Amino acid sequence: MSEHTYSIPVGPLHPAIHEPITLKIDVEGEEIVGVDVFCSQVHRGIEWLGMNRNNPIQNIYLAERVCGICNVCHPFCMVQAVEDASGIYPPERADYIRAIMAELERIHSHLLWAGVAAHEIGFDTVFHYTWALREKVMDLIEYLTGNRVTKAIMMVGGVRRDISEEGKKKIKEGMQYYLEKFAKIEDIYLNDPTIKMRTRDIGVLTREDALRLCAVGPLARASGVPKDVRQDFPYGAYADYGVKAITPDTYNGEIHADVFDRIIVRLLEVKQSVDIIKWAVDNLPSGPILAEKNLVKLKMLLKKAEGEGIGRVEAPRGEDIHYVRLEKGKDPYLSWKIRAPTYNNVLPWIPMLLGGQIADVPIVAASTDPCMSCLNRVTVVDEKGRKYEITKEYMHELSVKKTRRLMRNANRSF
Amino acid sequence: MLTGAFEVIWYIAASFLISLFAIPFGLLTKGIDRKLAAHMQWRVGPPVWQPFWDVKKLFQKETIVPEDAISWLYNAAPILCLASTVTILLYIPLGPFPPILEGHGDVILILYLLTIPSLAMVAGGFASSSPFASVGAQREMVLMMSYEFPLAATVIALVWKISSLYPQEAAFSLTAFARHPIWNIMGPFGIVGAIVLLIVLLLVTTGEITKVPFDIAEAETEIAEGVFVEYSGRNLGLFYLADAVKTVVMSALIVAIFFPYNLSPLLTPNISIPSWGWAIVDFLFFLLKLEIVIFFCMTFIRVSVARFRVDQVVKVYWGYLTLASLLALILIALDVML
Repeated sequence: MSEHTYSIPVGPLHPAIHEPITLKIDVEGEEIVGVDVFCSQVHRGIEWLGMNRNNPIQNIYLAERVCGICNVCHPFCMVQAVEDASGIYPPERADYIRAIMAELERIHSHLLWAGVAAHEIGFDTVFHYTWALREKVMDLIEYLTGNRVTKAIMMVGGVRRDISEEGKKKIKEGMQYYLEKFAKIEDIYLNDPTIKMRTRDIGVLTREDALRLCAVGPLARASGVPKDVRQDFPYGAYADYGVKAITPDTYNGEIHADVFDRIIVRLLEVKQSVDIIKWAVDNLPSGPILAEKNLVKLKMLLKKAEGEGIGRVEAPRGEDIHYVRLEKGKDPYLSWKIRAPTYNNVLPWIPMLLGGQIADVPIVAASTDPCMSCLNRVTVVDEKGRKYEITKEYMHELSVKKTRRLMRNANRSF
Repeated sequence: MLTGAFEVIWYIAASFLISLFAIPFGLLTKGIDRKLAAHMQWRVGPPVWQPFWDVKKLFQKETIVPEDAISWLYNAAPILCLASTVTILLYIPLGPFPPILEGHGDVILILYLLTIPSLAMVAGGFASSSPFASVGAQREMVLMMSYEFPLAATVIALVWKISSLYPQEAAFSLTAFARHPIWNIMGPFGIVGAIVLLIVLLLVTTGEITKVPFDIAEAETEIAEGVFVEYSGRNLGLFYLADAVKTVVMSALIVAIFFPYNLSPLLTPNISIPSWGWAIVDFLFFLLKLEIVIFFCMTFIRVSVARFRVDQVVKVYWGYLTLASLLALILIALDVML
């Protein structure tokens, strides 16, 4: 570290990064010469709850809370793992409905990301415009599932809500709306000179780095790695459709592996999702939507089941993996491991940021679409040099202390 | 003829009057800007008097000085910034009213005074001992150095034309611009040159009042408001007021240089009202002109582009705008010679 270098802390709370993570950036003037990432500031102990407190059905709703945006992917992934372990497989119609839900989520997530990216480079008009367009898919999701955000649609061995004939019509109308608006969105993001100025050749992640650091999702695809779970290990209805991973060269024949390419990939994926949804609605097979309708019976079946299973889902941010191990006679999972896509996509920040400018930090960080609370595993507190982990016992002790204090104060006031 | 003591008292009173006009009007302008921008961005936006509430809230809040800050400089910077901004307004004609300090200074002085608010922000930023504020202060300096040349080139080109036609005038004074509106004295080449200069000056204004795409010194998403990151309460409120007044100053300067027209000479033959009535009409017309200028140099630009990076800002100012102003200078030179 030379004497001209000084360090800027981006985070744990910073307007550019909407969730707690710390980036320690060493700069010389405006140029970035060193980057270090410190994770684990929002650990919530979700896996612990799944392994100690909840039964598998409660865990579906807990898995939705892993991420506010990917709240279909995580339960989707988890029920796949449980189905794999217990052998309760969903009927075909449920597979299609799951795919429709996952693709609706991809549309809303990618539009949300595009808006945030525009905000990061100071283009608020585009941000508001994109989010206004996103309202249509949110309304559609609310109509189909009853909720705008946490959709509560997944169930072990199927889905909880069916899509009626009227629902099909509404989905088709919604998809038509996006096909019409797509030209406009494409024009804004891919032809605006200021967006191009801020994103072209910024945050380059070479193909070699992407492979070496195991980048996933749109980040890897923008670097020219055609990696997509829906293509490589198709699950559910995707096997019938034949998804093809989108790389930026399908748009203009060249790969720069920069932020602009990530915009291209995400926008094209919105279009791809629209196509998949239209296809799935047209080919929706008839039949039941649940393998086992009786929840009590399902719970007993899961309690009797033993074995391990893995679920893989292509979330909007990349590959999501859940590993579940069931034990006979025990309600909670014996073991539950979530590997969210941001876990892989944080390390590529370092090669992408090095050599860039401070002004690039927000857009480069945002270009991976990070989701911190999915990523955290453990919280290590560093209190004046004394490092310790916060354990369940410690938290319990703290809450007992607080309750006693409240009781004491309450007594005093009476 | 005012005697010495009266003159001083008059200047003090006038400064108060000017602040009483400029601060509320600047805040109202901010409100209008926010409302218009909101409608252009497909949203409703806050009520136009929101900036007044913001200032009221800021003045009620606690003012925190960081432990490592140089507190006297940290506290002096916002006062200096607001005071110097209001001072500039004493040299600029406000519609029908000539500048209060007429004859004491000219456009060159205004150009120098314009750097003081920025310097105060830089000083405040460095004094607050935050890495974000330091980056912001560095960027503010880069920005200041970048727009200075096109700004000076614009003023000099126009003054040259005026002085070549009217050698007896004090060409650098703003009243000379008012007496000889530039559109009336220019030939065809000069008109093109003046239009280019107007665009240059509008873009310089966007940088001067630090709005997107030139708001690199604040850049909320990059360096968390930059120079203002540590400021809170009254100090932040003073900076907010200074920003509002600066908007009025820059637009009043553009109006004084490019659009010094009044309504009264046009309408006097048809309508008869007392002369104080005409003063009011002209002043309202002046305020309208200010709002229109602000719409183009602030609202319209900031909703239609993304923020530039530091190197891109320098490229725009030192490259494109300097070239454009030099080109305009050549056009006006042709106009003078032909």
